[in-house]
Amino acid sequence: MGVAVVTAGKVPVSYVLRRLTQTVLVLWAAFTLSFVILYLLPGDAVLTKLGSAEGGITADPEELAAIRAEYGMDEPVLVQYLDRLFAALTGDFGTSVTTGETATHMVVSALPSTLAIAVPALVLAIVIGGGVALLGTYTRQRWLGQLLLSLPPLGISLPPFWVGLLLIQLFSFELRLLPAMGAEGISSVILPSVTLALPVGAIVAQVLAKSLATQQAQPYVDVVAAKGASRVRVHIGHVLRNAAVPALTLAGVVTGNLLAGSVVTETVFSRDGIGRVTADAVTAQDIPVVQAVIVLAAAVFVLINLIVDLVYPVLDPRIAHTPAAGPAKERIHA
Amino acid sequence: MPDTVIGSARSRGRNRPLWHAPGLVLSLFVLVIVVSWALVPNWWTTHDPVTGVPAERLLGPSSAHLFGTDETGRDVFARVVHGAALSLQATVIAVLVALVAGSLLGLVAGYRGGWADSAIMRVVDVLLAIPSILLSLALVTALGFGTTNVAIAVGVSRIADFARLMRAETLRVRSSVYVEAARVSGLRWPGVLTRHVLPNAFGPVLVLGVLTFGTAVLEVSALSFLGFGAMPPAPEWGSLVSSGRGFLATAWWLTTFPGLAIAAVVLAGNRVARAIDRETEHQ
Amino acid sequence: MTQPTRPTQPLLSIGDLTVSYRTSRGSVPALRGVNLDVHSGEIIALVGESGSGKSTLAHAVLGLLPRGGSLDSGSIRFEGTELSTLPDRALRAVRGTGIALVPQDPVVSLDPVKKVGDQVAEVLVIHGIQGRRGARSAAAELLARAGVDHPESRAGQYPHELSGGLRQRVLIAIALAAGPKLIIADEPTSALDVTVQQRILDHLQELAAASDTAILLVTHDLGVAADRAERIAVMSRGRIVEQGGSRSLLAAPAHAYTRELLAAAPSLTGPRPRPERESEAEPLVEATGLVKTFALRSSRRDAGAVRAVRAVDDVSLRIPKGTTLALVGESGSGKSTTARLLLGLERPRAGTVSFGGADVTAASGERLRALRRRMQLIYQNPYASLNPRHAVGTIVAEPLRAFGIGNRPEREARAREALDAVALGASMARRRPGELSGGQRQRVAIARALVLRPEFVVCDEPVSALDVSVQAQILELLMDVQEEFGLTYLFISHDLAVVRQIADRVVVMRAGRVQEAGPAGEVLGAPRSAYTKELLAAIPGRRGVGEEAA
Repeated sequence: MGVAVVTAGKVPVSYVLRRLTQTVLVLWAAFTLSFVILYLLPGDAVLTKLGSAEGGITADPEELAAIRAEYGMDEPVLVQYLDRLFAALTGDFGTSVTTGETATHMVVSALPSTLAIAVPALVLAIVIGGGVALLGTYTRQRWLGQLLLSLPPLGISLPPFWVGLLLIQLFSFELRLLPAMGAEGISSVILPSVTLALPVGAIVAQVLAKSLATQQAQPYVDVVAAKGASRVRVHIGHVLRNAAVPALTLAGVVTGNLLAGSVVTETVFSRDGIGRVTADAVTAQDIPVVQAVIVLAAAVFVLINLIVDLVYPVLDPRIAHTPAAGPAKERIHA
Repeated sequence: MPDTVIGSARSRGRNRPLWHAPGLVLSLFVLVIVVSWALVPNWWTTHDPVTGVPAERLLGPSSAHLFGTDETGRDVFARVVHGAALSLQATVIAVLVALVAGSLLGLVAGYRGGWADSAIMRVVDVLLAIPSILLSLALVTALGFGTTNVAIAVGVSRIADFARLMRAETLRVRSSVYVEAARVSGLRWPGVLTRHVLPNAFGPVLVLGVLTFGTAVLEVSALSFLGFGAMPPAPEWGSLVSSGRGFLATAWWLTTFPGLAIAAVVLAGNRVARAIDRETEHQ
Repeated sequence: MTQPTRPTQPLLSIGDLTVSYRTSRGSVPALRGVNLDVHSGEIIALVGESGSGKSTLAHAVLGLLPRGGSLDSGSIRFEGTELSTLPDRALRAVRGTGIALVPQDPVVSLDPVKKVGDQVAEVLVIHGIQGRRGARSAAAELLARAGVDHPESRAGQYPHELSGGLRQRVLIAIALAAGPKLIIADEPTSALDVTVQQRILDHLQELAAASDTAILLVTHDLGVAADRAERIAVMSRGRIVEQGGSRSLLAAPAHAYTRELLAAAPSLTGPRPRPERESEAEPLVEATGLVKTFALRSSRRDAGAVRAVRAVDDVSLRIPKGTTLALVGESGSGKSTTARLLLGLERPRAGTVSFGGADVTAASGERLRALRRRMQLIYQNPYASLNPRHAVGTIVAEPLRAFGIGNRPEREARAREALDAVALGASMARRRPGELSGGQRQRVAIARALVLRPEFVVCDEPVSALDVSVQAQILELLMDVQEEFGLTYLFISHDLAVVRQIADRVVVMRAGRVQEAGPAGEVLGAPRSAYTKELLAAIPGRRGVGEEAA
């Protein structure tokens, strides 16, 4: 009998197409959900807001009707929905009620400023979080292991806005080392990045440490050790290799958390960016902008997960490309 | 046949006396104190949390004012103690919304299966695709500001987690041998559901509930820090931190102590959740 | 001790070894002063039941105690070097080249994300025996030596693509790669089917003999020990209670525990505990032409095609009232599926099942429930079949509740009766499954099956998860209650020795088909089909005791 060797790493086109379709469907569903929440929930928040923006909280009925017509709100729900859906397909989420710019433009132009703190934060989170998990599970000093592994639960429990303010107090006002706000130069990036990295790094450390510990208890580890392999070889070559696979499913969550964390971080450090745009939009109940941010976040999440799904079989040969075999999309809890 | 000595020695002993875990005792202590702040704040402080004494503005911590005073001369400790009720109430609402709605959805999806399962899980997928803070922000935009709306928004943003876990647990228990044994014994499905599936599936869900307590405290306080929660004079913890921002350079106590209260409650809640998790794993 | 001492210095000498595990309630001893010598080239078996400490001993020698385990005192000398105090680096040099491990469960013992060839080659690379490139071709050779077919292409496969037997051969290749002097084989085949088990042990034994490698064979199965080892050491509660030459030890066990073990082990020779019963009575259960197919999704990702696998293929059988029919086969033979079809838990694609004249296959809803009242099932795993949250009394009374029989006190009384019938005291009723031993749990499961006074009971491998001594007690109990309540049994097992004790008639299945059927004495004594013969020959404990390795 011949032996069929299945080589890992090749991803069939049909699978890619199926996953792409799923991605588009989730995006569409995210748009729909945000439409339901923002445009259909009761409490005419929009109209009140629009009315007050035009001056005078008790806008007279005629004026209100004019506003409704201007924003297309006098039409049947389905028509509104389809209008907005088709507009969104061309990248148009409507016009901000406060600035008059298009929502898409506001979000896109805020992106670089957010990336300036999100990218360093991501690097910090992975390096430090990963390091804590690796060392905490590797060491044979009980006290050191316990100390290191108690850090992630601590990091997850601290309110990020508070940590940011403490950092400002210490480094800007006491030590006068770094600026408390603004976006000038490298030094203005350091504190926001650290603040943003803390909860994300804690999650990375927690999930990776748990995954590493699970792998360490697997019988194959004994077999590798019985070959005479060094502890570093066992830990990096086998345990980490196996633990990284489930930890990779975190990628989408981590990116989402960075985006979400920017809301608080940018407010604390008075920086411009997507988080700030979001917070201002919620304050002003500026629905088009809020929706644009939500759809952007969902798009980032599903795209990252799509990439992870496509890379997955390269790392784990056991994954067959069935629709259910995609990595679990879990949100991690403190 | 596995050597069970190794297995049993690895798992930790049950019925361990509580004082062997000082962290857990401390955590329970913190939670008891904070709950008593919420229920009977006047046992803890006689200062008025809303109207201040103008002569005592921005005083540092002292024996008279444990956490110092703010820019209108209000005692910060009194504001933190009185704020506990608001913050905890919002947290409990959030957890209940997530737990009840999520568990029901998960139970239906897991037990009914078929199209109900597919439909519910697709919605859950979408909820998971949006970071929870952004989802809460969208809900707050639509519902309007205020502590209750913030609490509901935070709760809704966590429904997906509970639905997923409840579904997985339901499926696990439903396919377990003892459930089939019950069917072979002639038990009808309502009996199987109430006597076997629910009690065994609900344990991990409750643990998630306790874990979510910490997360909810953080998210509620973050939203009120951003200014979407309680209106200004009300002493909600997140807004206390926020209102102290203007005095970072001069009055550190305004932000530090309310933030410390939040961190302590979240840490304690998470520690207790871990203990419950470990305990239920034994069974 | 009476063993023939060898003149040479022992290869491995364990002296007064004490190991304990640290738990939150203090330290639990696992080994209490163990002495054991292994000479080069010999095969010595370490026999004991679960919890006896035999696996701990095996791991202690390799210096691979699990977390929380500590070596408290004693010595482990290997080729004159003390291992227990050896620094890590020096110990690593011994692992693989001096002492190698063949682990318990091949399914979880290979790194799932690495190709098996690379996992074999790793040993050679670690010890600098071969460079990366040379190691790769050497690995294919080693795989071939371990009996892996198509070694070159298999080397490029991942563990999940290989069967359990093949994975164990890969693990043997890994163990032998660096030419060790001693192989510690920790229950190397207990997770495999008997015929596979036999072939693999044969092969391991041959290879070891060819390279004069000693084997420390850790096993719970006295039969395996008797077949393979020159010497046997019996362990109980962290101590070696007896050791000696296999033949003399089994012929004249000196220690009470060894005698107990021997008496409990079911055998294929010697008198049957109960005579075979005539099957004149009319059948209670009759199945004709049963077929069950499962859709199997192809794992190859290019083919979305769904293949139908015939798990049960044209099976007919009849079980006369009051007798026991044994359904025998290896894993995947379709024996459990057949049983589920009889109980109406699965619907057949073709064929009928009649139970006392009623058609099970056509019944559904309340009619099926009414039939279920008369037939019960005892599961293999007593750890999984009882709801961990319910008290034993509640578990046993559940069927009565389900059928609304009696009021609460009446149900409690009947549950007590059933517990009494399985020799569990009334005080057990308040305990939870977690507080019971495996044997006690299986008694609870039997009590639950009996409480409705069924006519027909399916026992699905009811003793295979239990230690030998407990096995014997449960089998006896099953026979006793059959007598007392006039039960009809379908007894599913892979263990022919167990079947011989309890069955009146035997049906041998393979790949969904019936290979042979007939009275137990005939099928087991003078089998007609080649497969039955093979099964019988593979059963450990049938060779001459203490046979020397070739």
